[in-house]
Amino acid sequence: MNSASADANHDQGKRSSSRRPSGRLAWRSTLARHGTLIALAALLLVNVLFTPNFLHLQTLFVNISQVATIAIVAIGMTLVIATGGIDLSVGAVMALAGALAPLIFGSELGVAYPLLGLVAAFVLPLAVALACGAFNGVMISVLRVQPIIATLILFISGRGIAQVLTNGNLQTFSNPGFSYLGTGRVLGLPFQGWLALLIAVLAFWVVNRTIHGRHLLAVGGNERAAALSGVPVRRVKIGVYMVCAFLAGIAGLVVVAINSASDAARNGNLMELDAIAAAVVGGALLQGGRAPVFGALLGAVIIQLVKYTLLANGIEDEVALVAKALIIVAAVALQQGRRE
Amino acid sequence: MSARTDPPPTGQRSGFDVDLRSALRGNGQTFGVLVALVALICFGLVRYENFGGAYNIASFLNYNAMFILIAIGMCLVIITGGIDLSVGSVAAFSSVCAAYLSPYGLQVALPGGVLAGVAFGAVNAFVILTLRVPPFIATLATLLGAKGGSLIISDAQTISVDWGSNFTKLGMEKAFGVVPWSILLVLLVAIGAWVVLERTSLGRTLLAIGGGEDASVLMGLKVGRAKAFAYLFSGGCAGLAGVFLASGFGAGQPLEGVGWELSAIASVVVGGTLLTGGLGSVTATVFGALLLGLVFNILNFENGRGTISLSAYWQEVIRGSFLFLVILLQMRVARRRLPPATGAPSP
Repeated sequence: MNSASADANHDQGKRSSSRRPSGRLAWRSTLARHGTLIALAALLLVNVLFTPNFLHLQTLFVNISQVATIAIVAIGMTLVIATGGIDLSVGAVMALAGALAPLIFGSELGVAYPLLGLVAAFVLPLAVALACGAFNGVMISVLRVQPIIATLILFISGRGIAQVLTNGNLQTFSNPGFSYLGTGRVLGLPFQGWLALLIAVLAFWVVNRTIHGRHLLAVGGNERAAALSGVPVRRVKIGVYMVCAFLAGIAGLVVVAINSASDAARNGNLMELDAIAAAVVGGALLQGGRAPVFGALLGAVIIQLVKYTLLANGIEDEVALVAKALIIVAAVALQQGRRE
Repeated sequence: MSARTDPPPTGQRSGFDVDLRSALRGNGQTFGVLVALVALICFGLVRYENFGGAYNIASFLNYNAMFILIAIGMCLVIITGGIDLSVGSVAAFSSVCAAYLSPYGLQVALPGGVLAGVAFGAVNAFVILTLRVPPFIATLATLLGAKGGSLIISDAQTISVDWGSNFTKLGMEKAFGVVPWSILLVLLVAIGAWVVLERTSLGRTLLAIGGGEDASVLMGLKVGRAKAFAYLFSGGCAGLAGVFLASGFGAGQPLEGVGWELSAIASVVVGGTLLTGGLGSVTATVFGALLLGLVFNILNFENGRGTISLSAYWQEVIRGSFLFLVILLQMRVARRRLPPATGAPSP
């Protein structure tokens, strides 16, 4: 037992102290990576064999439109986890952004000037989401509160604010312009699927091709060393939480647009779990230093497929919860690697 | 996420850490929480006539017994630098178990419920220690697993307890007609946890792990055993809380327990326990839990007087703001007591 935990610490120390993984670790990470692909292949196979009507275009549409929100949030979560942090407030931010949008285009001003209302219904909720992210980031980087606790504040109160704003009511609406976000099709595929893909490509480009990405990974790899070598640690951290909240805001708007209704109690509920699971399954290291953006996309697809597989085969939601739990543990345990 | 993976906000662990610890450990934070608690009680006593009434005190303590319990368990886990997110759904699971066992009487249902909690604690300990999954993720998974499990065994229905047996005595009657049974039990658990933490080598080991796990291992402390104890204890506390839940409300409730882990963490934080581990006090945690409960008790009274009218949704907002406030205060206290050169060099 003792040597096991000592071993773990040794490994973690090694991971954070050197950016270049040693051979053994690289082997492990490839295993983890392939594990994800194998899991995906297995899931697809099971579905093709057992799920009725799985190879149907409609199935594809349903899954894409549902996976998009998970993927968008999971990408933001991956970036946060890459700095060694975590963001529990994503679900609450989704609820907040989602609650604001119908309030804005449904307001008197929004009805009088539909176009202005529509633009404001996108801009204002996202601005609020950015503010939430800035709050998280400042708490974490300036006040040095641990990420779990700092984001816990908005996790608790963010949804409460959304419910206070809407009085806890379900807001239904019909606004074709806004609903395009959730029901529109581009090249035959759901719009939000393209949106998620675009965000993933952008995030990938930023992480791998820009100085901001280098800074991000440096902070996650070894914060102290990054600070000493002139990386603006504070700015990077505040920025990454703002990006994460911004993406959560987008996901919140998408969910509202899909349903043509905003329910502050349910929008984004438990999304933080899905997003963390997707990021971890996709290969993100909780210690930070790695930002596999497309891994997160893959992880989101797996999480969604597991949900869909169980649902389509008439297995209750409750079992799906247990299955999700097992997936998370298996993914992380594989990542940590067993004692040799 | 353990203390290992997340460098503590106070920077590297070196000599001054000990100073901070002893400074805070002393009466600093406990005293602060106690002052806030007393101030709030005085405020309530002056402002509301029924506030000091036997009924309010009993129902307040009875309701908060569950939260105090899980906060105590959480405190021990957090001291080791870990976290236990599964407490809420484990409590829900054991409330269902206890409800099923209630026809056999309290003597079966109580241990049964606690054992159910301990079993989940064992799962946590296994996944964290043997599979080496970070506590944050491992207990998150247990949260989902226990939730699913309780929905499965209860068929997503509340399970009514057997009113004929002596089971509901625990949550609804008073020992010797004075103190609710649940409070008595919580007191026992709190004293037990205090003794373990402050007076035994196991407690020293728990604190040492939080202070520096590598060093503890190198010193030959039984790190694995101590950590396993913390998670088993936390699971047991959650199990007992679940028994209280079933007994006090007359039903096993598979859907209850959402967000309990957050109240527990908040209580622990309010009590001044550092989330990075290595520092903490059971007494302060109990005070922290009481303080959080009291805030809502007072809000209810304020609502009752009609001066304000806050919907249930406001509770969440206030809970979050309160946590925010406490963290800010804690930061100030920590900063004042630290020499200025403690933080990592900021860019």
